Amino acid sequence: MEEKNYKDINYNEVIVHVNDVSKSFGDLTVLQNVDLKLYQGENLVVLGRSGTGKSVLIKLISGLLKPDSGDIHVLGEKVNSLNDKELRELRLKIGFSFQNSALYDSMTVRENLEFPLVRNKRNLTRAEINKEVEDVLDGVGLLRTINQMPSELSGGQRKRIGIARTLILRPDIMMYDEPTAGLDPLTCLDINSLINEVQERYKTSSIIITHDLACAKMVGDRVAMLLDGKFERVGKFAEIFDTEDQRVKPFYDYNFIV
Amino acid sequence: MRFFREVFSPPFEIKEIIRQCYEIGWKSFPLISLTGFIVGFVFTKQSRPSLEEFGATSWLPALISIAIVRALAPLVTALIASGKVGSQIGAELSSMNVTEQIDAMEVSGTNPFKFLIVSRIIATTFMIPVLCFYVAGIGLAGGYLSIISKDQLSVLSYITQVFEAIAPKDIFAMVFRSVAFGFTIGFVSTYVGYYSSKGTEGVGKAANSAVVASMFIVFIEELLIVQILALLG
Repeated sequence: MEEKNYKDINYNEVIVHVNDVSKSFGDLTVLQNVDLKLYQGENLVVLGRSGTGKSVLIKLISGLLKPDSGDIHVLGEKVNSLNDKELRELRLKIGFSFQNSALYDSMTVRENLEFPLVRNKRNLTRAEINKEVEDVLDGVGLLRTINQMPSELSGGQRKRIGIARTLILRPDIMMYDEPTAGLDPLTCLDINSLINEVQERYKTSSIIITHDLACAKMVGDRVAMLLDGKFERVGKFAEIFDTEDQRVKPFYDYNFIV
Repeated sequence: MRFFREVFSPPFEIKEIIRQCYEIGWKSFPLISLTGFIVGFVFTKQSRPSLEEFGATSWLPALISIAIVRALAPLVTALIASGKVGSQIGAELSSMNVTEQIDAMEVSGTNPFKFLIVSRIIATTFMIPVLCFYVAGIGLAGGYLSIISKDQLSVLSYITQVFEAIAPKDIFAMVFRSVAFGFTIGFVSTYVGYYSSKGTEGVGKAANSAVVASMFIVFIEELLIVQILALLG
């Protein structure tokens, strides 16, 4: 598998800046003085073992959780000092694809996609809403599922619909929480291709949370490895694993040798 | 407090409120019909021997109407709704919490508190009184069938006696009670569901707590309302 080499990234423009952020849950410190930057147009993969705080990081960035200390800037806005209304407006620019897709199970696929649209773009006509929904669904290759319920979809289809639902608001930033978790290898490839397609077609900057190295290699322009609550290794995929560090090497060995 | 702040501020989730009214109201009709009818029938049947001792069976319509309108209809409706609607709302919101659907609403620029909580509280506050009137009607019908199984009484005569026995303040008390009970059931069940702990155990606990806490508070409210209404005469 070739390492990714996407050209259309502006390393002078920081989209997300996580600055000296710490987060604990009770006595458990999950993130400790973490620093991270996401640049315009890049796919940044956050790698780490389960329970190391990867998902907490993107929940902090999107304002679902508040940091104990430090600042988070997204598109120039300081997330942890925004009020509810300002946060809601900022979130329209952030797409969030959840680990279990988080589709509304009482609604059809069409209603799932319409849901954010009708609430945030109230001037759209019914025909425009239908066109938007069909275009985005077609973009993820699942137009045929438009009238199905989430319970009738496979895991891979649910992931794609979840991504489609976030894309419908045309976000500037995408957050993917374990996009390939629980999927077979071929469906993982499909999802990875979709993440790259989204980056190219919608010009998004993305943070991808995963522990799947194949995914990291295929979609990541840079990789940040979370070790003991800190980003100790950040760089290109090959650079990250060019080490004898016993906290990192087994991770690579398991994925590509075992 | 947040409920009262959100309920009067746009956007108003009218479509969701109507959907919830349908879910809470219309889908409860079969259970409510059966329960209301049986309560009216059985209450009349059990009251008859006591009145018979004094030769006062002709007072049955008045007794039934007062009992049903003043106490039984609001309480029976509230208890049935606590079980059916409370558990449904508690489990639904809790499972949405577990599967991150509430977070998904939050990040897609929707106010989940307004969409999920406010709409359900409005729907229960509006629909429980509607169901209560229905239970009163169906309970009185049950009572009538119980009476005519032993005595002869025309429908018109029964209705006349029923309405002669109840005063406008009884209707007001019934509406007041059922509004309070509806708000309580909505508030308690949405609260325990929305703020439930994560995990499948949390779903079960939320459904259970919604029912138990709703019923408990409904009984406390009933006690307080009876005292207040007695003081007001």
